[in-house]
This record gives sequence, structure tokens and C-alpha cells, in this order.
Amino acid sequence: MAVMTVAKAINEGLRAALENNPKTLLMGEDIGELGGVYRITEGLKRDFGADRVVDTPLAESGIIGTAIGLALRGYRPVCEIQFDGFVFPAFNQITTQLAKLRTRSDGMLGAPVVIRIPYGGGIGSVEHHSESPEALFAHTAGLRIITPSNPQDAYWMVQQAIDCQDPVIVFEPKRRYWLKGEVDTVNAPPSPFTAQVLREGSDATVVAYGPLVPVALAAAEAAQQDGHSVEVIDLRSISPIDFDTVTESVAKTGRLVVAHEAPTFGGIGGEIAARISERAFLSLEAPVIRVGGFHMPYPVARTEEQYLPDIDRILEALERAFAY
Amino acid sequence: MSGTRLPAAEFESEEIALASAPPGPDGGPGMVQFLDPDGHLFEHAEYGSFSSGTGAERLKALYRDMYLIRRFDQEATALQRQGQLALWVPLTGQEAAQIGSGRALQAQDYVFPTYREHGVALTRGVRLSEMLRLFRGITNGGWDPRETNFHLYTLVLAAQALHAVGYAMGLQRDQAADPTLAPAASVAYFGDGASSEGDVHEAMVFAASFNAPVVFFCQNNHWAISVPSSVQTRVPLAQRAEGYGFPGIRVDGNDVVAVEAVTNWALEHARSGKGPVLIEAFTYRMSAHTTADDPTKYRLSREEEDWHPRDPLARLEKHLRTTGKAGDAFFEELVGEAKAMAVELRRDVQAMQPPGLEERFNTVYAEPHPLVQEELQAWRDYEAGFIGEEETS
Repeated sequence: MAVMTVAKAINEGLRAALENNPKTLLMGEDIGELGGVYRITEGLKRDFGADRVVDTPLAESGIIGTAIGLALRGYRPVCEIQFDGFVFPAFNQITTQLAKLRTRSDGMLGAPVVIRIPYGGGIGSVEHHSESPEALFAHTAGLRIITPSNPQDAYWMVQQAIDCQDPVIVFEPKRRYWLKGEVDTVNAPPSPFTAQVLREGSDATVVAYGPLVPVALAAAEAAQQDGHSVEVIDLRSISPIDFDTVTESVAKTGRLVVAHEAPTFGGIGGEIAARISERAFLSLEAPVIRVGGFHMPYPVARTEEQYLPDIDRILEALERAFAY
Repeated sequence: MSGTRLPAAEFESEEIALASAPPGPDGGPGMVQFLDPDGHLFEHAEYGSFSSGTGAERLKALYRDMYLIRRFDQEATALQRQGQLALWVPLTGQEAAQIGSGRALQAQDYVFPTYREHGVALTRGVRLSEMLRLFRGITNGGWDPRETNFHLYTLVLAAQALHAVGYAMGLQRDQAADPTLAPAASVAYFGDGASSEGDVHEAMVFAASFNAPVVFFCQNNHWAISVPSSVQTRVPLAQRAEGYGFPGIRVDGNDVVAVEAVTNWALEHARSGKGPVLIEAFTYRMSAHTTADDPTKYRLSREEEDWHPRDPLARLEKHLRTTGKAGDAFFEELVGEAKAMAVELRRDVQAMQPPGLEERFNTVYAEPHPLVQEELQAWRDYEAGFIGEEETS
């Protein structure tokens, strides 16, 4: 077991994938000499060469479009989109081409492309650098979407995404890149498409993913001080969503709060609320409550502390749930 | 018409066609042509040596391809009119551009078509009836691209140009890993309309940056549904290649001999590691955009008449007859062959059965997906609920 940051864990995961499969290659803007704006690919071009760690022209549609062609030729491209807000020039290639290739070919062809996207706020950045667009992609059939919240998952998820026969988007919580934790490089965690109960509890369940997982854990700890036993689930996979794990938890606790940075309207929390109301209606003691972003473009950096869900916002939601 | 003029005096050039100008059939002095509209065949100093030959057998084979695909086009149009197909995308007028370029390809090359390349499909050995499955609404694909290296049609314009470049980047890496592999290239087909899409620009940038073995084959058929090519470009499209740093050639797209020679040159250029090429095949969409289109709303019949003498089949027939390379017997035999093909096509199409929705569930993901499985089961249960009702009603 080694202790490393999320950033280093992804770097090591990519290194392992490059070593294990000669068809794996990385593509993106500034990922070669610079090692990426977050240094996630640091040292990889030096060790694997420019043909496998490709500094591309500055064009996101071009990155995903050419990755699809490479995948058709048998390669395993891992594309880095520099920031969440810059994925949109590639939206067409991702949703109309990448996601649909298998069904358009009646199951004959696939494009197992991996897209890594640093996402979320909390770093005081300029506009288009703090967004959480996961729901836009989750709405598209044919894609899989996962998001690690800790170094162990970060190390393995990127490799599991590369091994998957379907296209996978890995949303990386950028404000947690420097979060340290133990990484077991021998034993893989459970499938990346399942949720994990991180803390057991009996009075309410909080579901979170990516950057909000540490916040949810801290909120559960604070609730414990007030005498409430709160279970915390790290969703890990946004598409598909592991509803079985969430349903099982709600059957036990009777209350559910879902937290994410993305705006709540039309978001993942709404989907979870709807599914859980169908699956566990009679177990619910209170409505499912969402904590998330407001219906506004991501606000200016000096206001993001107010905008982003924090411990108090989750505690307030729990209080509302306990009021029933 | 001064309202359409842009205040861009510094770009004044005789070559600039403003949006108000109707598309004319004159491709200009730089256009490569071997066979003129009257059927006269000329030597071409630059590309002549890249032609696969102008002997009787070769030219008859090219004519046969063009004739059969035009007959196929007519039959598909008829099938649409009779309700057997939801839509058809006619190619009439573009046979030389497609057959000429398609016959230049080698087996190891890989083609990324848009959605009108029925002629290229024929040259790749795609079963023609399979081309109609998409338009009958029973699949969004229709054939297995791995068998013919002819990719599925792409309806989102120009998306496939990037796929072709990525595929070529893969060919490059394969070649580096195993130099005994036969050199190969990919080809991206698109039209004058799609040339305005950003993906074409990005594809050309990537292709140039990585020196990818790709040929961009643009069929300038002069109409993007109702909008003339002058709205897409002020300069001949082939000239755009210069800005990316690779060769661009305008070829008479209605001259099958020239198209084949120029494409041979371009493919050889790409396969041998010299990088991408843009070919602009100067042609004309003689028919509608699709069977849902009405060209009388936006273009004059006089324009269609101006292009008529440049028909790609007519000029080759003239050449074959006046030189004695082919006579009545050849053309009569072809009529019979085409008729038999049409009968078979009609029979195949009418026999095509729609798939069940259940099959669609199973094509979304390669690996098991709990949501898809859950919805499939719910749908099965829902459908099963009607079985008893049907029996009693």
C-alpha cells in the first residue's frame, strides 16, 4: 500500500494501462511535455513517446473524433478534456457518434474510447473551469460515466474504464486532485459501475459522488454529534446508477438526501429521487431531498463558497428529512 | 444584387464567386480532365501515368459500374415512391466521382462515406440491397464494415472526416509496428455543404499535424439541399488544402477516367507516407437532395440543362462508341443485366422484415447494463400483458 494523491493515482493508473496494453494511447491538449494543466500525465510522454502520449491540436471535437477512428482501428484512446466547460465543442462527437456507434452498427462495432474530464468547482477559477455537466452525458444512452472520490478508486477506475468495451467518461473531481490516501495496486476495488457504502448508519442515507463525498462524510460525522446515525454512499457510477445499493440503504434508513455540485434541476439527484420513490415508496419516511447547485450558470469565483453544497447545506437537508 | 456583396475589397479576385452567382458547369483552367463532354480522351501530362488504363475492357468496366449504380438509384427512388422505403438519397450525376474514386481503392484502404456514396459502396463489394435497409427504417447501419472496409453511412455531416483521420493515425502506428503490412490509407467522403462544418477544418488540421495517410474526397455537387456552393466558399474548395499545407486538386468529377487517375495519385501519396491530399470532384447533383426535396423551389431548370451535356455516363458512352471500344451489343447486354439486378433488389427489399424493439435494447452497450436490463424486462412484462387480450378480442 502506497499513500498518494488522487492526481498521482490517476497518473500511476494511466502508466499501468500504457504498460499493460500497447494499444493504449493518451491524447489531449498540453498532456505531453507539460504533463497536462493538472500534471496528471506528467512524465508519461518521456517514458512512452509522442506516438502514445499525443499532444493534439487545440480542438476538442478533433480529439474525440480522431479517437473514434483510432478505436475503430483497434486502439484504446484515452482523451483528456482540459476543463469541464471545454467539453462542449466535442459534444456532437460524443453524443451523436461515440455513444451511438454500437447501436447504429447493430452491435457489430464499438468505440471503447475513454474521456477524462476534470470537473467541479472550489478552486477559485475563471468561468468555464468549475462546471459539473455530468447529467448532460448521463442522459445519453451508450455512454458510461464514473467518478472517483479517492486515490484508490482513481488508480483503478481509469484502468477499468480503459478495459471496458463501452465508451466511458471519467469525471475527475479537480479540487480533490491533491487529496491523499492509500492505494492498493494489487487488489482492485469492486466494479466501477457499483456504489459503495462508505459509512453505515440507520436514520438517513446521504448519496454523494466525486468532490462531495468528503463533504457528505463530514456531514454524517457532525450529525452523529446531534445523535443521528447517517449512512453515506459514494455513488461512484453516474451511468449506470447502482440503484440496488441505494434502495437497500433507504429500505433500512427511510430517509434519503442526494448531494451534488451540479444544478438540481434535471440532474442526477432528481433521477435518484424518482427511482427511489418507485422502488422504496413504502420505506420512505420523508421526501427525497436534493442538495445541489442553483439554476444559474456557475457563479463567479468569489461567490462559489456560498454556491457549493457544504456540510451545513447537507445537515439542513437532513434536518428537513428528519422533520417528517 | 449589391446587398449580397461583402466589404472585402482586399479579396478581389476573378475566382471569387459571390453568393448571388448560380453554379456554372465551368470548372476553370486548373481542373484535371481526361475525357471531355464530347467523349474525346486526352493525354494528361501530370496524372496520365496514374490512370489504370483507357483500354476497352477497363473503360467498359467503369461504364458498367456507373450504369448499374444509376439503375440502382432509379430503382431505389421507385421503391421510395411506392412506400417500400421511407426516404432515398439519389446519386444521379455523381457516378463518375464515386466509381472513379472507388475503383482506385485497394482492399486494405478504409472508406468513411457520408450518406450518398452508393457508387463507392458498389466498388467495395457491399451488397446493394443492404444499402437500402437504413432507408427502409429497419437499421441505422445495414452492412458489416469489417467485411468491405466501407464504413457505415454518417448522417451528421462531416463527423466522419475526423474518424477517417483517426483511423489513418491508427494505420500509421500499425505500419510502424509492422513494416510488412501493405501500406494503406483512409478516405473521407463529404460534400460542398459539409465542407463548412468545423469537423472538416479540425480533420484537416489533425491530418496535416500528424501527416496522416488520409484522402479527403469532396464531391462538390454544387447544392447543399437548397443552398448553392457559392454560399459555402468564395474560392475553389481544392484551394483550401494549401492553407493546411497539403496538396489540393480539382478534378472533373464527371470524368471517371480523370477521377480514377487523380485518386490513384492521392492514395499513393498518402500510403507512401507523404501525408494527406484533398480532392475536389467538380460534379453536379442532377436529381433532388432526397426524395423529400423539390429542386424546382430553388434552382432553374436552365441550370440543370447546362449541366446535362456533362453527364458522366453520356460522355463515356460517346467515347466508347466513336472509338469502337464498345458497340450496341455491350450496351444492350448491360440493359438486361441492370434489369435483372433491379428485379432482385425489389425482391430483397420486400422480403426485409423489421426487427423487434427487443433487439435494439441489446445493441446499446457491449457489457451488461442494469438499467437496460431492467427496462427490457419491464417492457417484456408490459408486452406480455396484451397476449391474453389479443386472444379474446
